[in-house]
Amino acid sequence: MSDPATPQSARAVMLDVPGLDALIAALAGAGFTVIGPRLREQAIVLEPIEGRADLPAGWRDVQSPGHYRLEERADGALFGFASPPHAWKRHLHPPEVRLMRARSTGSGFEVTDSAGDHAPPRLALLGVKPCDLAAIAAQDQVFGLTPDAPEASRPDPTYAGRRRAAFIVALDCGHAAATCFCDSMGTGPAVPADGGGADLVMSEIVEGGHRFLVRPASPAGARLLDSLPEGTGRPPEAADRAAAAAVPEATRAAQRRRLDPDHRRIVADNLDHPHWSRVGERCLACANCTMVCPTCFCATVEDSTDLTGDIAERWRRWDSCFTMDFSYIHGGSIRIETASRYRQWMSHKLSSWYEQFGRSGCTGCGRCIAWCPVGIDLTEETARLAGRAPAQNAAKQDSATPTGGE
Amino acid sequence: MAEASTHPAANPAALRAPEPPARGAADPMRPRRFRIARLRRELADTFTLELEPLDGAGMHFKPGQFNMLYVFGVGEVPISISGDPADPSVLVHTTRAVGTVTNAMNRLKAGQSIGIRGPFGTHWPAEAAHGDDVLIVAGGIGLAPLRPLIHTVLAERDRFGKVLILYGARTPEDILFTRELKAWRGRFDMSVHVTVDRATGAWNGHVGVVTRLIKMGGFDPGNTSAFVCGPEAMMRFCLTALAEKGVREERMFISMERNMKCAVGVCGHCQWGGHFVCRDGPVFRFDKVADIFRVWEL
Ligand SMILES: Cc1cc2nc3c(=O)[nH]c(=O)nc-3n(C[C@H](O)[C@H](O)[C@H](O)COP(=O)(O)OP(=O)(O)OC[C@H]3O[C@@H](n4cnc5c(N)ncnc54)[C@H](O)[C@@H]3O)c2cc1C
Ligand code: SF4
Ligand code: SF4
Ligand code: FES
Repeated sequence: MSDPATPQSARAVMLDVPGLDALIAALAGAGFTVIGPRLREQAIVLEPIEGRADLPAGWRDVQSPGHYRLEERADGALFGFASPPHAWKRHLHPPEVRLMRARSTGSGFEVTDSAGDHAPPRLALLGVKPCDLAAIAAQDQVFGLTPDAPEASRPDPTYAGRRRAAFIVALDCGHAAATCFCDSMGTGPAVPADGGGADLVMSEIVEGGHRFLVRPASPAGARLLDSLPEGTGRPPEAADRAAAAAVPEATRAAQRRRLDPDHRRIVADNLDHPHWSRVGERCLACANCTMVCPTCFCATVEDSTDLTGDIAERWRRWDSCFTMDFSYIHGGSIRIETASRYRQWMSHKLSSWYEQFGRSGCTGCGRCIAWCPVGIDLTEETARLAGRAPAQNAAKQDSATPTGGE
Repeated sequence: MAEASTHPAANPAALRAPEPPARGAADPMRPRRFRIARLRRELADTFTLELEPLDGAGMHFKPGQFNMLYVFGVGEVPISISGDPADPSVLVHTTRAVGTVTNAMNRLKAGQSIGIRGPFGTHWPAEAAHGDDVLIVAGGIGLAPLRPLIHTVLAERDRFGKVLILYGARTPEDILFTRELKAWRGRFDMSVHVTVDRATGAWNGHVGVVTRLIKMGGFDPGNTSAFVCGPEAMMRFCLTALAEKGVREERMFISMERNMKCAVGVCGHCQWGGHFVCRDGPVFRFDKVADIFRVWEL
């Protein structure tokens, strides 16, 4: 960052709840479409919002393997929920995107436009939790945006365009579900001190007066705070900072689920373990886990023409390693058994991702656990691969109700 | 603090200047156009396209690399380059028509154009075999990806020891590049052995799997580099036969086939353990993948 910024802490600001509207308005005023959490059909989704009235005030989620439901919370928290079914990836790596259009010229064709020709939308992502911030960092690597990425010389134009144009407001996590295990993955529940790639970092404090501590984490973030209307917010006091720091610590203390820190080796050493077949018998190959996972990036590329046959398009659509077609080559699919498809997914997350990108492909967000219709749980499957008694992990889960019981 | 007479955030560009979107050539999913200069029917289901770039720029490649070939509106598939690396002015691909895209490609005529992205992937490291006997083991269409390597080896013939081509086809009618094979067989500085699974007509050559040709020997196993390409099952047997002969795993090279939708490491389809076959392969040194090669349905 070339910008000589004044010490960032100097410019943090305390906003009251209406102050959040000023922040959202400033983002909109700067030309961003603000994407944030809102309620839709009994779930929290990440979609365009106009103001704080759209946020899911007073809702929390209760999650467990195979279950997700919302329930009211008394404190009116606006961000008092854990991982929603949506991941931010849908805005940076959209479920479908047109890569190319071409026109027939009789003996051949002419490309009339491709993904890189279009100015990306400018999105402000409001309330990105640390686990999801880590997921964005992981996808930055996949799509060639980080210096160490193997394809750094040719970043994916769609992702790169959207990502570079995006403004990220990260959020220290104030609520863990029983499916969360970010602490054991080292991705949360606090936003990393360096901001983790965000522009602003926000803490929601509900005790002692509902308020937000917002601190800049990039020059763009600092400028945005500077642009708030005169009189918006106040400088934070020591008590505010202490209260803000306590928020993720309370979340951490409530988190029970853990992924074995030795997961990479456990999975890599057990590719022939009989347990894969046992999981394969339960798994429906529905692909839910891959759709909700914030780091899963697999996509297919589809070419087609219009009815006249003169105009062709190329689209990229999310795909899943759970489908039979995914591994199809002439002569048949490579991964025929559901067991081998589940193994592909889990071993990619927990083992091969390290080989590919030097980190885990799992952030501990817990989405795949909650949204698996049969409650398959990768922390549990890892424990079983390691030969640990199933009861051990199950017992852990039972006690892991940090938010459920009032 | 910024001396804020105007709010910097009011000006989107000041907030963050997004780099200009990558255009045209920088877009890895945008094909270049090549015209079919010549079309050669090799076998009933196999054809060779000789392609010339419409943009004038040739294509430099290394033996074993592949391109994504796009048929307008139909789809795109990975096909190895089968031409001579010493001649970048013409791009040569030999394809077996097996499905939607390759059948559509088979119906194209000279003069029509197709889209090309590439070249992609790792190559057969001829340079690593200097001083060694060279064993080129092909099954079926697998001879096509090895053909550039044969050209490279022959172009610098004196850098290598013995050169052997061992080739297995289903029937005598399925033998690819017959004229070239004959010419190579006629040379005094290399041997060519062809076997078929099933003899038909006047065939009086070898019958049986290609591993039998490996067992016949004729090379110095301790100083041999082997380059193997064909169906996975065929490669499996060949690698075992080579190991039994005493060829070292770090001198065996294979070319892997996986579903590929992007060839630039972002679609995820070609993953094989921790490898993206499109980028880390298709050519692998066997000792680096021996452990995962043995894992079922990986
Ligand atoms: C690195 C590499 C090099 C190759 N080189 C050659 C070559 O030189 N000559 C040749 O004839 N063939 C080659 N193949 C195989 C060729 O890509 C397939 O035959 C082709 O994709 C089949 O597509 P289709 O649409 O005609 O068949 P369909 O069966 O209709 O294919 C449907 C889809 O499945 C996938 N698919 C099917 N078969 C394969 C396959 N064998 N490998 C990968 N994906 C597949 C494709 O994504 C295709 O779009 C190569 C494959 C790879 C991975
Ligand atoms: S694997 Fe599951 S817990 Fe891990 S990041 Fe993906 S969805 Fe979240
Ligand atoms: S693990 Fe669960 S969510 Fe994933 S494909 Fe199998 S049944 Fe569906
Ligand atoms: S072909 Fe898309 S990642 Fe390799």
